[in-house]
This record gives sequence, C-alpha cells and structure tokens, in this order.
Amino acid sequence: MGYIGETIDSIKSIQIRQLLTQAISLGMIVTSALIIWKALMCVTGSESPVVVVLSGSMEPGFKRGDILFLHMSKDPIRAGEIVVFNVDGRDIPIVHRVIKVHERDNTGEVDVLTKGDNNYGDDRLLYAEGQQWLHRHHIMGRAVGFLPYVGWVTIIMTEKPIIKYILIGALGLLVITSKD
Amino acid sequence: MHSFGYRANALLTFALTILAFMCAIASFSDNFSNQTPSAQIQILNINWFQEEPHGNDEVSLTLNITADLQSLFTWNTKQVFAFVAAEYKTSKNSLNQVSLWDAIIPEKEHAKFWIQISNKYPFIDKGHNLRGKDFNLTLHWHVMPKTGKMLADKIVMSGYRLPDAYR
Repeated sequence: MGYIGETIDSIKSIQIRQLLTQAISLGMIVTSALIIWKALMCVTGSESPVVVVLSGSMEPGFKRGDILFLHMSKDPIRAGEIVVFNVDGRDIPIVHRVIKVHERDNTGEVDVLTKGDNNYGDDRLLYAEGQQWLHRHHIMGRAVGFLPYVGWVTIIMTEKPIIKYILIGALGLLVITSKD
Repeated sequence: MHSFGYRANALLTFALTILAFMCAIASFSDNFSNQTPSAQIQILNINWFQEEPHGNDEVSLTLNITADLQSLFTWNTKQVFAFVAAEYKTSKNSLNQVSLWDAIIPEKEHAKFWIQISNKYPFIDKGHNLRGKDFNLTLHWHVMPKTGKMLADKIVMSGYRLPDAYR
C-alpha cells in the first residue's frame, strides 16, 4: 500500500518542465533509433537491411527465428546466392537460394529461379500467377551474415501482439514514475 | 544507484555486449583458416536430349562427382552447401547458370565424397541453344557459419560439350 501511495505522490509532484524534459529524451531515443535504421538502409543499399527468418524452408542452415543481414549491390545475381525477395502482391519477404540464372546480353536484365534448401521443388508455386522467373526488381538484397535466435523477439511480438502492448505499457509506466 | 533495477540493467547490457563481441570474434577467426578444396566431375552419360513441347531444350545427364571439401570446415561452421551448376553462353544470353545437383554437408566427415547420380534439377535452356554447346561445370560451395559472415566460392571445370543432335 505504501508503494502505491509513493507512486501517486510522485505522479502528482511532476512539474511541467521535468515532464517536457522526459518527453524530449524519449523522443531523442526514438529518433536516434530511426536514424540508425535509415543509415543502415543507405549503407547496405537494401530496403530492409535485417530480416527475420520466418519459415523452415532453409533448414538446417537458417532456422525460424534467426536474423539475416542483407546487402544489395549492383553486382549481377549469380547462382548459389541467398536472396530475399518479395512476390508481387505479397509483402512477406522470402529468403531462398538462386538455382537458375539467365542473364541477357545487352540489357543486363536477368531471369532468376529460386528454391528453398529444405523444399522439394522450386519456388514457381510461390511466384505470382503465370510468373515463371524473378527479375532484379523483385530482389531486396543478398544475405551476407547471420545471427542465430535473435529474431525470436520479433516473432513473438508479431504473433502474440498482447506481449507488445504489455511491454510498451510497462515501459511507459517506468518513464512516468522514474525520478530521472 | 544500487537498486535492483539498475544492477539488473547493467548486468544485462554487459552480457549482451560480451555476447555480440564473441560472435564478431568467432566470425573473424574464420578469416585465418587455410582452405584447399578440390573436386572433379565427369559426365558418364547423356541419358536423353530433346525439345520440350513448350519449345525449350532439355537434357538429362549422369554425373560422377568426386570432391574433398574437408578443409572448408572450421569450428564456426554449421554446414557447407555444395552444388554443381552448368554455365554456358548463348547468342541472346551472356550468362546462363543452371543448377544440376546440390547437397547439404553437415559435418567434416561427410565432406569427402564420391557420388554418381543423374541431375537432380532439370537442365532446361530458355530456347533451343543447347545442341553442340560447350559448357563449364562449376562446383560451388557456401559455408554457413554458426554465427557471422557467410563465405562462398567455386571451382570451374571446363571442357564439356553437348551432342550436336537430339537423342
């Protein structure tokens, strides 16, 4: 009971200046996180420099919950590279390996076929209706490095959004009641 | 300064920093390994070579693949993904790569192997360009680490040729 009384007292004793300072520091933290994210997008040349592996189609190399670091350069796409691509009309990125490449002579346009290491057949079933090949504009980046298990945080927050709300609520409470 | 919250926060931050540092060091140590892989591929037989109903050439081969990839494994290696691709040039396309076979090698002991199979994936061209075509067979490998940077390389073997007429 004494703790609740103390908390209410501390909420009542917040002055406007202190509140504004706290709001600004919070804003600074969020903004610097955004700056780091955008800088990473610039450096790696990819729209999403880090992705979480969501399915088991690349096991045992990449398990669900691993995170992949992506890099996109102007280098041509070659067989064996692990690429992350978006199918038209779907916004979940897929991480699979390139198994066939046909690159045209003059224009540099390329037809690419991909397959997950752990899948039996190639990805034509995943592509859009009538699409047989992927093109350069579908591909968001090449996987260059990876860290195991770190992506589970994102998966849990996406699949059980209640945990996200609990976390944000707890953080908000901590900000309001902390003395500095 | 000495409350439970502060101490837990400091401990967690320190633990995560050390963990990230160890992952970086593990990945960096891969640069020091000396890698000398070797491979040989022989085409034993052209099983059939025909034109598909949709108009593309397709050929089926039996390959004999011998390889020693044991030197690629370090303590930070989770698996090595090896595949054989046929590479060739046509009048319209400056480069074509078609993967014929692949395998996942989970341990060093399995990295020295000899295998005789027909191609796992269909060798289909975009067009009718395969008659009499010279092509290279390349053994690619992709070392996937337990943590950190991935490494890929290949051995190119040239001098293979497809027959001049359909069979």
